[in-house]
Amino acid sequence: MTNLTAGMPGLLDTDAIRKDFPVLQRLLHDDKPLVYLDNAATSQKPRQVLEALNAYYERHNANVHRGVHVLAEEATALYEGARDKVAAFVNAPSRDEVIFTKNASESLNLVANMLGWADEPYRVDADAEIVITEMEHHSNIVPWQLLSQRTGAKLKWFGLTDEGRLDLSNIDELITEKTKVVSFTLVSNLLGTLNPVETIVRKAQSVGALVVIDASQAAPHMVLDVQALEADFVAFTGHKMLGPTGIGVLWGRQELLEDLPPFLGGGEMIETVTMGSSTYAPAPHKFEAGTPPIAQAVGLGAAIDYLSAIGMDKIAAHEHAITEYAIERLLEVPDLRIIGPRTAVDRGAAISFTLGDIHPHDVGQVLDEQGIAVRVGHHCARPVCLRYGIPATTRASFYLYSTPAEVDALIDGLHHVRNFFG
Amino acid sequence: MKLDSMYQEIILDHYRNPHGKGLRDGDAEVHHVNPTCGDEITLRVRLDGARVADVSYESQGCSISQASASVLNDLVVGKTVGEAQAVQEAFLELMQSKGQGEGDEEVLEDAVAFAGVSKYPARVKCALLSWMAWKDATAKALGQQPAIND
Repeated sequence: MTNLTAGMPGLLDTDAIRKDFPVLQRLLHDDKPLVYLDNAATSQKPRQVLEALNAYYERHNANVHRGVHVLAEEATALYEGARDKVAAFVNAPSRDEVIFTKNASESLNLVANMLGWADEPYRVDADAEIVITEMEHHSNIVPWQLLSQRTGAKLKWFGLTDEGRLDLSNIDELITEKTKVVSFTLVSNLLGTLNPVETIVRKAQSVGALVVIDASQAAPHMVLDVQALEADFVAFTGHKMLGPTGIGVLWGRQELLEDLPPFLGGGEMIETVTMGSSTYAPAPHKFEAGTPPIAQAVGLGAAIDYLSAIGMDKIAAHEHAITEYAIERLLEVPDLRIIGPRTAVDRGAAISFTLGDIHPHDVGQVLDEQGIAVRVGHHCARPVCLRYGIPATTRASFYLYSTPAEVDALIDGLHHVRNFFG
Repeated sequence: MKLDSMYQEIILDHYRNPHGKGLRDGDAEVHHVNPTCGDEITLRVRLDGARVADVSYESQGCSISQASASVLNDLVVGKTVGEAQAVQEAFLELMQSKGQGEGDEEVLEDAVAFAGVSKYPARVKCALLSWMAWKDATAKALGQQPAIND
């Protein structure tokens, strides 16, 4: 690997990083080292995150807020400390703009529901239009379909070019004075495409539409600055960025969070309750009914510490180098078709492809036998598969611990797949 | 080596040269999908009294699901509905055996080759897709018929 790394600027010291990830030491099928290329689905967790989870349960476990005993105060400080870490990580103007949810899907559903229930000027009703894109994960399609069905609002979407980019040619017809909300993914989980935020946000702002960004595939991999994005809401999930499952984030602009109605009702989200009615706590608590995922938030905080210590810019550079190398090597494989951009420019580290007529399930199965974990199927983005006339893809996705040697293992594996089904 | 237990040569043969593929006339048609992977099948059953006269299908999916539909066609066409249902139940039992079953070759013929697939939970649904579609379509076809006692 030494020779390769010399020719690949930007690579991180993966030998050191990988030592922090116990699962990466695993051998599969007797003697094959795990080659984990399913990071777009979920990332592995470093020891530092696992230890934070353990320490929370072993020393500090209590329910948060209002408790007067030591453990309750410690648990509250840890939970709210995690909120501070998230706020700093995304450069939020205020910590009160960070809402903890269970995942990005819940974050997006929260926004869609609030906009259906809101008063003017935010209310999405039968006269309104909602704009999404054809490359969204189902979690950024279905909540808007539901909102559309419940309110009568019209759902519209950007199509895709053959190269796997958004087709912005009809942006003026899609985003109009009727548009109340534009929701799109920053980085596609299937195509890997990094979308042109500024163009879309400018247009949305010009018609007074709210902008929702699904940053699930961006937050783990690059510098995420909600102020620079100029969005109104940004959603992402913890488990794809070294954190535990069960914790997601919705960032929203403070004045919106103040104006919009609550999502779920329950403990924690209230100010006063009588049998007749209730008043609500200010954001973020207004949107966090019930006991929150405390340990998970603490784990996410530890993950953010880990990522920040390395530096999101350095992680992005590492993944860019790996992606560039992977695309180059994948294109050497006969009959392999990349679904998505065939360059590493404006692109994340998830690469989907088809391999001749061999079904992705069969590709994935034969790769698994060699210890290589990829994802196969429609990746919860079935409209993308329909757009490109394919039933499914195989997807390899990389992260900060991925190495050029793992790319080589994938390529060898794919040649083996071709021989097996040839 | 474990791979060979899943991808038996007999399965790969059916995958490369599927038997009975293509849609023909039928008494009932169903469309089944495997939402986790996007495999799809449209399957028609034609009955001749109590006998399975034809099973025709269009499908897309992995080698396991394609081969399984081909084997299904081999095994059930020409049998009475009752006999075919017994084969279907034997196949279902084999696929649910978590790698423990071997299957009765007298009943299952080529389908015993799928025994290895039952070790892979993610793939069992692939093998069962066409069989569940057949079961569903047959029930529909029977529902349209005057009562049959075989």
